[in-house]
Amino acid sequence: MSMKKLTQKMEFKPFVVLLVIIFLCGIISGGDFFKITIVDGHFYGRLIDILRNGSRYAILAVGMTMALGTGGTDISVGSIMAISGAIACSIVDERILQALGGNVFLAVLLALLAGAVCGAWNGFMVAKLKVQPMVATMILLTAGRGIAQLIADGKIVTITNDAYYSISGGYFLGLPVPAFIALIVIVLFLILTRSTAFGMQVEAIGVNQASARLAGIKVERNLWIIYILCGITAALAGIIESAGIKGADCNNCGLMIELDGILAVAIGGTALSGGRFSIISSVIGALIVQTISTTIYAFGVAPELTRVAKAVIVIIVCLIQSKPFMDRVKSLMPKTAKVEAQEVHA
Amino acid sequence: MITKTKSLKVENISMIIACALFVLMFVAGSAMYDHFGSVSTFLNLFNDNAYLIVVAVGITFVLLTGGIDISVSSVVAFTCVFSAFLLQRGWPAFIVIPVVLLVGLLNGFLIGYCVQVFHIQPFIITLASQFLLRGMCAVVSTVSIPIENDFYKAAALSKLSFKVGRANAKFYLYVFLALIVVFIAYYVLKYTRFGRTVYAIGSNELSAGYMGLDVKRVKIGVYMISGFCAALGGVIFSFYTLAGYSLQNMGMELDAISSAVIGGTLLTGGVGNVWGSVIGVLIQGVIQTIVTYQNLNAWWTRVTIAALLCLFIVLQRIISIRADRQKGKG
Repeated sequence: MSMKKLTQKMEFKPFVVLLVIIFLCGIISGGDFFKITIVDGHFYGRLIDILRNGSRYAILAVGMTMALGTGGTDISVGSIMAISGAIACSIVDERILQALGGNVFLAVLLALLAGAVCGAWNGFMVAKLKVQPMVATMILLTAGRGIAQLIADGKIVTITNDAYYSISGGYFLGLPVPAFIALIVIVLFLILTRSTAFGMQVEAIGVNQASARLAGIKVERNLWIIYILCGITAALAGIIESAGIKGADCNNCGLMIELDGILAVAIGGTALSGGRFSIISSVIGALIVQTISTTIYAFGVAPELTRVAKAVIVIIVCLIQSKPFMDRVKSLMPKTAKVEAQEVHA
Repeated sequence: MITKTKSLKVENISMIIACALFVLMFVAGSAMYDHFGSVSTFLNLFNDNAYLIVVAVGITFVLLTGGIDISVSSVVAFTCVFSAFLLQRGWPAFIVIPVVLLVGLLNGFLIGYCVQVFHIQPFIITLASQFLLRGMCAVVSTVSIPIENDFYKAAALSKLSFKVGRANAKFYLYVFLALIVVFIAYYVLKYTRFGRTVYAIGSNELSAGYMGLDVKRVKIGVYMISGFCAALGGVIFSFYTLAGYSLQNMGMELDAISSAVIGGTLLTGGVGNVWGSVIGVLIQGVIQTIVTYQNLNAWWTRVTIAALLCLFIVLQRIISIRADRQKGKG
């Protein structure tokens, strides 16, 4: 593949941004950032932390990418996370459905199913009633936490179950389990979107729904599928989060995470207005968001500054990706540099 | 009147339903609880939600152009914290208030500029602004700062008290400020070139541009209005609470947006008005009051509001699908 082809890939820009951020962190921290130690056959280190904590975002971002690809959005993911966490933890703790005997596998399965049901509700609103996605998912955003509270009976459900903990804290081949879960999700979605016509249909819907319909694409059915998938990925992220904090906190689980999810996708370069999307880019975007958060904590930046730092980075990334802005910057550059830049480009 | 009913638009129908629902809920509340059905309860809806009314009115402008502004809650919080901070340093109120309003205006301008000139999606840039201002709140102070300024105290406490029957009803003066904002916004949207351009952009931005309307100026303008209203809402909120705290009003942008939606504003732009948003705020206020009277958990407010949102959205869809069909026939 030629250099030009490579730089024109959608994944190129976010990948470079990720590398730059990681290297900057490495330089500032004097190499500590890259240090990976092996304890008890497990890898430890900042990069591993990013992998573990970023998996949640990555899974979320994969589902979100699909929704955004159709020109829609799903802002209810945080609430779905709360619901799925509440269901899984309540079952494991035998507060509801005692007949299952606290079976972790069934608990996870039912929590995922709940995510699918939530997604189907969103799908119903968007596909069948043709409500604008943001408004449609706003309903579940507001109601979801209340539903989760109903399931958890208004309490914070704490659990003691090693099998459930290992979903977030466990290791496989020395690497954290969530990373493998994320990997499986990513591969499945890549197969779904790039080896079948589904991905192209999603993009067609995002570019122009009416013409996609006229071209014979089953818009309604695809939208249903996408929102259900988005619900399932959110539920999975919720399970990982609840396994990480060893309990379900309906008020705070996944609070405002929809914004981080959308942010990850946007940093990845998928236009929020729909059309061309790339799952890999979004995963990179998720890792960028996580790297930023981890670094901010790692460098001991005062917690009150984390939001400011995040905001500044987001604005910079957005501006870099904005074509009018870069054109302006280029026109400000001295003429010789501009000519050189053009030559390099050619 | 007959010609009027023929041209009933989606927004009007959903607004009428919103009004009816408000009356219905208020009557139902009065029937269920003692002391509910009084002038004072009604006026308290305004007293408690004056700031939200102002914010919802501002956000309505942005929604009408088809944009979105999720930074308003942070602007409100920052305004409160920053003015509390400045007042604590001994700045006089007549300087502090213009300063915080300017901050809101500037924030709106920067957002609008990024949206219009740099083509950054409104959702993302207002999200960044939300993070930034919420972070700045914490930088200014992580603990709640009380406001002890005399002017603020006077503004917070000056009210019209009158007796209705045996009960005492009160109407705080800052509510008038909110109502003035509503009237001005109504006038601007309905009777000025700027307002009509807002609707034109919401219906179709490209054709608005081709018609020679100043899309750029108006689009930056709506974000400035939203920022200004949010800051003004923040000033009113600091009258209301007499304190500034960095974590207050989390998620309030959704209250403002859902108020607008309940009042008939379409998020795709072009349809809606400020009165609808005011009714939307009042409906949420009634729900909150009923939940308090019923002594329920606070999240019931959320569930009820969500159910209402759902009802209104479905309703709007049915009405507009019907309208489309009729258009198709004609």
